[in-house]
Amino acid sequence: MADSEVALAAHPPGLQHHFDNSAQQLEASTLGMWMFLVTEIMFFGGMFASYTIYRNLYPEAFASTSHFMNVTIGAINTGVLICSSFTMVLSVRSVQLGQKKTTITFLTLTLLLGLVFLVLKFVEYHEKWVDHHIPGPGFQYADPRYFHQAQILFYLYFAMTGLHALHMIVGAGLIITLIVMTARNRFSAEWNTPVEMIGLYWHFVDIVWIFLFPLLYLIGHTS
Amino acid sequence: MTHQVVSVKTYALVFAALIALTITTVAVSKLELGEYNFVCALTIAVIKGTLVVMFFMDVRRSSSMTKLFVGAGLFWLAIMLVFLLSDYLSRGWLPIPKWWVG
Repeated sequence: MADSEVALAAHPPGLQHHFDNSAQQLEASTLGMWMFLVTEIMFFGGMFASYTIYRNLYPEAFASTSHFMNVTIGAINTGVLICSSFTMVLSVRSVQLGQKKTTITFLTLTLLLGLVFLVLKFVEYHEKWVDHHIPGPGFQYADPRYFHQAQILFYLYFAMTGLHALHMIVGAGLIITLIVMTARNRFSAEWNTPVEMIGLYWHFVDIVWIFLFPLLYLIGHTS
Repeated sequence: MTHQVVSVKTYALVFAALIALTITTVAVSKLELGEYNFVCALTIAVIKGTLVVMFFMDVRRSSSMTKLFVGAGLFWLAIMLVFLLSDYLSRGWLPIPKWWVG
């Protein structure tokens, strides 16, 4: 009995008994999170692949649709997401230093920036709705030659940005959870794995946008 | 793997670089570079993605196993894109042989 009490006293917070030490536990979590992110790379990769194929099949239709992309909102949203990745990394840093208040501040900032992104996305979608650029029975297109091809490209636009926005919504929910957990003193300088892991997820979603922005908004803009 | 905490300065520099690259990519897209618009936009996106992966996601200080996983993910993505595109992009390069048409 005495032995196990000694072992318990030396037990680091948050360490589960099936791991040798905290380092091994964090390594396992990081690897698991990356395993998930790799499946996400393939998931988004499939959409990027179909986008590239259709872009090559219908270059003229693509060039004509690119004039209807709102580059200003797209660029602002890129900046907003990069800012949110910066505040995310600062909240991970604060939690590693055991600074509860700063962690909550930076997590809240990250959440707000994420919501700004989603609001701007909504404004963009609304623009498309007003212009009848949503694929389906109500679809209208100025150039009748590209009616069908443009619809495919707008479909890809909505599928890719929509899937990305869905990831943002999930991320926002996860950050709210983190804020509540931080407020309840669940994390410490010794154990803060959830903050680090959700940080990885948030940055991954940022990277997806880093590739979506030039592909959907910038390329073909001049031609 | 008790991480030494990264300085705010490092993160701020990476952040500044990402914002600068975003402005650059928008500015370059306004130029008439033909096919090079695509090359420039993707090159800048790859640089930005690498910065996020290495510094914000801390892969540069992660274990070799984690690096292997990241690398494997990108390698499989490359397999998917290269094999798909080598089919679609090479269609029509060669005429259909007469014996095939019959």
